[in-house]
Amino acid sequence: MTTRGLTRRDILKTLALGAAGGSVLQMIPAAAAEYAHQMVHKEKAASASGKYAPKYFSAHEYATIAVLCEAIIPKDDHGGGAREAGAPEFIDLLTSENEDYQLALGGGLLWLDGFCTDRYGKLFLDCTSEQQKEALDLIAYRKNAKKDPTLSQGIAFFAFLRKLTCDGYYTSKIGLADLQYIGNTSVHEFPGCPPVPEA
Amino acid sequence: MAQVNRSPKLYDVCVIGSGAGGGMAAKILTEGGLSVALLEAGPPLNPEKDFKMFTWPYELPHRGAGVGGKLRGELNNEFMAPNGAWTIEGEPYTCAPDANFKWFRSRIVGGRTNHWGRIALRFAPIDFQSYKRDGLGSDWPITYEDLAPYYDKVESYIGVFGTKEGIPSAPDGVFLPPPKPRCNEMIVKKACDKLGILCVPARLAVITKSLNGRQPCHYCGQCGRGCTTASNFSSSQVLIPPAMETGRLTLITNAMAREIVVGKNGRAEAVSYIDKATRTEKKIHARTVVLAASACESSRLLLNSKSPLFPEGLANSSGTVGKYLTDSVGSSGWGHFDALEKMPPHNHDGTGGMHMYMPWWKFDRKNDFPRGYHIEFGGGRHMPGVGMFDGLCNDEEGYGVELKRRCRQTYGSGISFSGRGEMIPNADTYCEIDPDKIDQWGIPVLRFHFKWTDYEFLQAKDMQETFRAIVESAGGTYKTKTSSDGPYPHGIQEGGKIIHEVGTARMGADAKTSVLNGYCQAHDVKNLFVTDGASLVTSPDKNPTLTILALSWRASEFLLEEAKKGNL
Repeated sequence: MTTRGLTRRDILKTLALGAAGGSVLQMIPAAAAEYAHQMVHKEKAASASGKYAPKYFSAHEYATIAVLCEAIIPKDDHGGGAREAGAPEFIDLLTSENEDYQLALGGGLLWLDGFCTDRYGKLFLDCTSEQQKEALDLIAYRKNAKKDPTLSQGIAFFAFLRKLTCDGYYTSKIGLADLQYIGNTSVHEFPGCPPVPEA
Repeated sequence: MAQVNRSPKLYDVCVIGSGAGGGMAAKILTEGGLSVALLEAGPPLNPEKDFKMFTWPYELPHRGAGVGGKLRGELNNEFMAPNGAWTIEGEPYTCAPDANFKWFRSRIVGGRTNHWGRIALRFAPIDFQSYKRDGLGSDWPITYEDLAPYYDKVESYIGVFGTKEGIPSAPDGVFLPPPKPRCNEMIVKKACDKLGILCVPARLAVITKSLNGRQPCHYCGQCGRGCTTASNFSSSQVLIPPAMETGRLTLITNAMAREIVVGKNGRAEAVSYIDKATRTEKKIHARTVVLAASACESSRLLLNSKSPLFPEGLANSSGTVGKYLTDSVGSSGWGHFDALEKMPPHNHDGTGGMHMYMPWWKFDRKNDFPRGYHIEFGGGRHMPGVGMFDGLCNDEEGYGVELKRRCRQTYGSGISFSGRGEMIPNADTYCEIDPDKIDQWGIPVLRFHFKWTDYEFLQAKDMQETFRAIVESAGGTYKTKTSSDGPYPHGIQEGGKIIHEVGTARMGADAKTSVLNGYCQAHDVKNLFVTDGASLVTSPDKNPTLTILALSWRASEFLLEEAKKGNL
């Protein structure tokens, strides 16, 4: 299922071509989704601590992904953040099944650690929170690549992770609550639009 | 393929395909007393197990994005009713250079009626005779008056909500009451009134009152997932069950039709099919064959059914099988509305589609392009899903508390618009058998040719201008950018993408230029009928399913009469 045989060189080369593109669609029978659901459930139960055991990422990579997810959608006074919402598990599961994701995210993590090592002499996780914020502020905006083209790989990586983090967060219980979505239920009559507040 | 099994049984009719056209034929023919063998290329459907109604995204490990995220942002995400897909493993099709045709196929009992948008619009009287008006394309061999009684019957039986409006381009039908409009629909309606654009309650095959033992809609907004209470129309839940109840229907699933076999007398006498489970070839013998495998699949089967009597394929003496292929013209755009940001949280789900729409309103004036289009629109606080904030992420970037705040603020504040217009058939758009490729069942596959012309580009341009006018008139900001050049000017979509591909075995008064007569009966083979979208002569700005159902009902009654007279 996974392709850990990829070299750092492969990953960086592909990353330079841009993050996961393509949409090779396959028919997904309902049974397959159910199977995967049970699979994740079983694996969680089987691991000694009941904690999620990453399928694709190494412990270090997974810890970095979790920190980045939480930075993208943090806990705030409205509710929990992306880590609590299970976004890292979701991203790890998809990545374990998709070679494009493996290149984009695996390569991006290598790039980030390389960037932090060059700049701060430490891996991203070992940086101070100020240093982490400085690094993220650089890769969170496309315009920064205009001044410094060497950032473009990091920017592509972060843009992709940002979307996946939003996916993971806003499809979770706490994410749905954060948006105050109301519905997915049976109602006798559709109530229509409540009064529109004056602009 | 070790052996060829011959079924000793002779059925009155073999129907190929269990979607709108095939399901309707199976119902009418069995109720009329005939024995029917119904072949479906996909598996059976089990709504209790297969449908994802009321499922939350977090209840699926892939949250709807599919294995490897490969269904992310796609129509056929994990929530959709099963086995509708743009790509089917082992069953490819090909495209001529530059054609880039997209072909959505459903391999499941009920076919694409499990997946369609339930938009149920009648063709207008003028749509059957538009050649007379503008000299383009061809006229139908039948009129609106011929089909109107069957539209009445179909709507009465399947259930369609709507309102009587008296609009010449969008005839009224037999309607159940419509649901109340959503906020986005009220905002758009107001803007349309200002601009002189018609905006009326939509017409969807969703029942708002109980009908024939089916419960009314419970407004969860999830029609596309399949409805366990069958409150929307699908062939699998509304047509196949009554056919089953007659005791005269034999449903054979995982049966991929390969050839319609013709006897020495030139009549269809059997259908050869691959039993997918055992990979063996089997045969159904029948007095009459009704082909309804979906427009392109039906033309593929005809073209592959070659014999000394029919060297160019069955029922193809005119050479028009596969020709006159069209899809609807589609272009989309969206706008952002501050007013929607201010709405308090509320249940916005409603039915699984729009409650209002814009029928073609410029039928009374000269336009830059022939024919017309209607507008579908939607937006607001529907259930969040993967990809929902891609646009915001692209536009605003950043991260952290501010990104989270913006997601919260902008949720439900967009309205998207989709034009659906009429394409004029052209000589560069057709399907044929690819001589170099077969599928995993050994059946030669289709190769598509597709070209839009200026007629369609100008229509897409008009759509974009209209969307912008509506959004701006409603106080919103139009966000979609399209350009007038490139392969897809004015945002026109790839051919096939609207999933209204029809016309590949069209009906006509002249056997030299058409495949079928006005009763969907092949000119060349009297005991062969084609009752799916292949029979359509034009594809006006109306979604084709309601018309396919009406044509199939009408053809099936004709078939029953002919069978009684001993003509088949």
